[in-house]
Amino acid sequence: MKRHILYIVLPVALSAIVFLGSCNKTVIDRTSSYAALTPSNIDLNADTWKPVLITDPSVFTVAAPDAVTSPAYVADLNEIKAYQSSLTSDQKAIIQYWSAGAVLRWNEILRDLVAKHNLPPYQNADGTYPAPSSTNPFAYPQFPFSNPPYAARAYAYVSAAQYDALIAAYHFKKLYNRAAPYNLAGVQALIPKSALPSYPSEDAVVAGATVEIMKLLFPTEIAYIEQKAAEEIQYRIMAGANVRGELTAGESLGSQVADVFAARARADNAGKAIGTPAEWTQLQVNTAAKGEAYWISLESPSRPPMLPLFGKVIPFLFDTTTVKALRPGPPNLTNSDAFKKEVAEVLSYSQNPTREHQEQVEFWADGAGTYTPPGHWNAIAETEFVKQNYSEVRWARNYALLNMAEMDVAICCWDTKYYYFNQRPTQANPNIKTLTGIPNFPSYTSGHSNFSAAAATVLTYLLPDRGTKFTDLANQAAMSRLYGAIHYRSDVEVGLTTGAAVGQYAVKRAQSDGAGN
Amino acid sequence: MIKFLRLYFNRYFVVICFLSLCSKIANAQTNADALMIPQNVFCGELMYDHSSWQNYWEGTFKRNNGNIGTLTNNTYSVMGNYGITNKLDVLFGIPYVTTNASRGTLKGQSGFQDLSISLKWLAFQTEIGKGIFSLHAIAEGTIPLSNYEPNFLPVSIGLHSTTASLRGLVNYQTGRFFVAGAAQYVQRSDITIDQDAYYTTEEIYSNKVYMPNVTNFLFSTGFRSLQFNAEAIISQTTTHGGFDIRKNDMPFPSNEMNMTTAGLLFKYSFSKVAGLELTAGGNHVLDGRNVGQTTDFFGGVLYLFDFSKKDKK
Repeated sequence: MKRHILYIVLPVALSAIVFLGSCNKTVIDRTSSYAALTPSNIDLNADTWKPVLITDPSVFTVAAPDAVTSPAYVADLNEIKAYQSSLTSDQKAIIQYWSAGAVLRWNEILRDLVAKHNLPPYQNADGTYPAPSSTNPFAYPQFPFSNPPYAARAYAYVSAAQYDALIAAYHFKKLYNRAAPYNLAGVQALIPKSALPSYPSEDAVVAGATVEIMKLLFPTEIAYIEQKAAEEIQYRIMAGANVRGELTAGESLGSQVADVFAARARADNAGKAIGTPAEWTQLQVNTAAKGEAYWISLESPSRPPMLPLFGKVIPFLFDTTTVKALRPGPPNLTNSDAFKKEVAEVLSYSQNPTREHQEQVEFWADGAGTYTPPGHWNAIAETEFVKQNYSEVRWARNYALLNMAEMDVAICCWDTKYYYFNQRPTQANPNIKTLTGIPNFPSYTSGHSNFSAAAATVLTYLLPDRGTKFTDLANQAAMSRLYGAIHYRSDVEVGLTTGAAVGQYAVKRAQSDGAGN
Repeated sequence: MIKFLRLYFNRYFVVICFLSLCSKIANAQTNADALMIPQNVFCGELMYDHSSWQNYWEGTFKRNNGNIGTLTNNTYSVMGNYGITNKLDVLFGIPYVTTNASRGTLKGQSGFQDLSISLKWLAFQTEIGKGIFSLHAIAEGTIPLSNYEPNFLPVSIGLHSTTASLRGLVNYQTGRFFVAGAAQYVQRSDITIDQDAYYTTEEIYSNKVYMPNVTNFLFSTGFRSLQFNAEAIISQTTTHGGFDIRKNDMPFPSNEMNMTTAGLLFKYSFSKVAGLELTAGGNHVLDGRNVGQTTDFFGGVLYLFDFSKKDKK
């Protein structure tokens, strides 16, 4: 009899576990629970901060707002009241999402698109590779292939355009000094109130600038980006933070400022960075002429090197002669004892990986299909910035500093990589197996080390109370490339030095841009 | 007595190691047969499985990859099956897995994969016509045995999910021929990966990955005698959710991994050495989605230990 009970109870209990048990199924995205932005300082003097490209905000066209007594303004207020009288749960979720901040959310959207488009093209039947084309962006492979240099440049343009657009917005905000609609009777404030004048809307300025620059950077995503922008505009109205007129003016201003950046982007040499077959061959000739082993793609079929002429892109923080001045001395010579010693060290990490080292390698891998190392540093910055209660314009300024440093360090690193065009450890010794995908470009110096040291330098300046946190992270990111057996120690060490030097240019800018720390 | 036992045993411990490599969805067919081990008898087994693939599916796009070459998976397992009663068995399996890619630079991985523990219950049995119809329920749990990294596919040794599954099995045997069908539902826990953000169809800022649940349907038929078994098995594994590998992207643990497989299984019992049995077989993936087109071969040695007092004459 006992057995019969067992027969019944056991299967029933087990099936309950299997079918009803939640089985630990709750993945919580840590960016989903951010509180609404409540700036500790609205940075009312941001119109005096030093912009990146624009010189005089007054050259942009922002018409005077409708009089608060005009029928147009009253109609705008009624639009808010209509929304607020019957908000759906979806609409409340939109308010919750966007209220964390326009710069923050657009930075996340950009990271999302970088990850989506960060895939190396699949080969043709004859073993060659197709290249993405900005003039035919929807054909496979879609434009762009947002690899690390491309991504670094995209983050920089978006952040810098947002920053300049907000400076221009502050100029007009103070000029027109319009109070936000939630200060009026009958309009609720569904987000924390700000004393900042609301015409033109800072959220709409950020959206307008981002949409415009993204048309250039991610042309296949225009519909998605415009849908996000429309959602953000709707959020401002539903929250009682802006009337439609303030949003329309903001989008227009953002778009005008972004045009200045788009014009620069079209002429910054990035479009030519992929090079030509003749130029690829010349790289081999140059290195062979020095008596050194030159880089060979370890992919099968052999893939052309990633953006070999990216080192000629025009930087934001310094001129092209500085790129050459920042270029480190040569890597260890192929036949030197120092080189053989370095190869042996990489082999030892390849053959005896610890689980801790592997975890470090995977954590920082940031390879194909991810938001890249600059994106990883944007994510790290986000988790810190969000604690600071920055104004939108300070968010934009700090991301612009970070991302201009990331783009410029990408330029310096790529200049160095293709100037020396040296081999990866696995090319020197095929017994070196790797703990992550081996990047398809030369070894010296490590991109991760450059990106991470530059980012850590900027973030440590902006957030000195974090101590050595960012430097420690940068060192971990850099060393992960040695542990992963895809870089020599000198790639890592020299890369960290160059990265920190480039980061200092952003710090110098920050010290004199009028924004304080 | 041993001969009598074999009537029961000639198949309880079949293929365990169909650890289909790319999918890493362990499919222990021991848990999918209609044979019970009698009370107080223990069967131990050592099993070796060798599986490999050259082609795989990115979504529905079938391709090979010069940076992987042939992906090989070797699994060495220790397994056991014990009869708590004549109608309730407990089974376990401990696999050690090594992986290797013949081309490219990715380093193969190795380690203890996931412990599996199952309870197998003969719920109902009756004579129908000239044969015997039986109904079984099999509950299985798996739990990772080591801290291996799941997000390093295709060289990861497993998916590192803790799972709980329930399988229903019907079997009809007449003379020496049988047919069987089984349906299984596998609940999988979220997994933790080494990254703290990842892209599926959107960027997710967490080190936890939602693992969709899995079903498996199986049909088998064949021949069973005292000394020799031969059977053919068709199975369909379906992941209910997840996403496709994008073109030229790396696989991800929560991909929608589906496959249809066909396999053969043989078993031989020695009449001169009481309690010793050999098993061998293979499986091939006929069609799949986000998995390798795996072919595997396995072989195992089984030995029966009889602890039941009544056997001691």
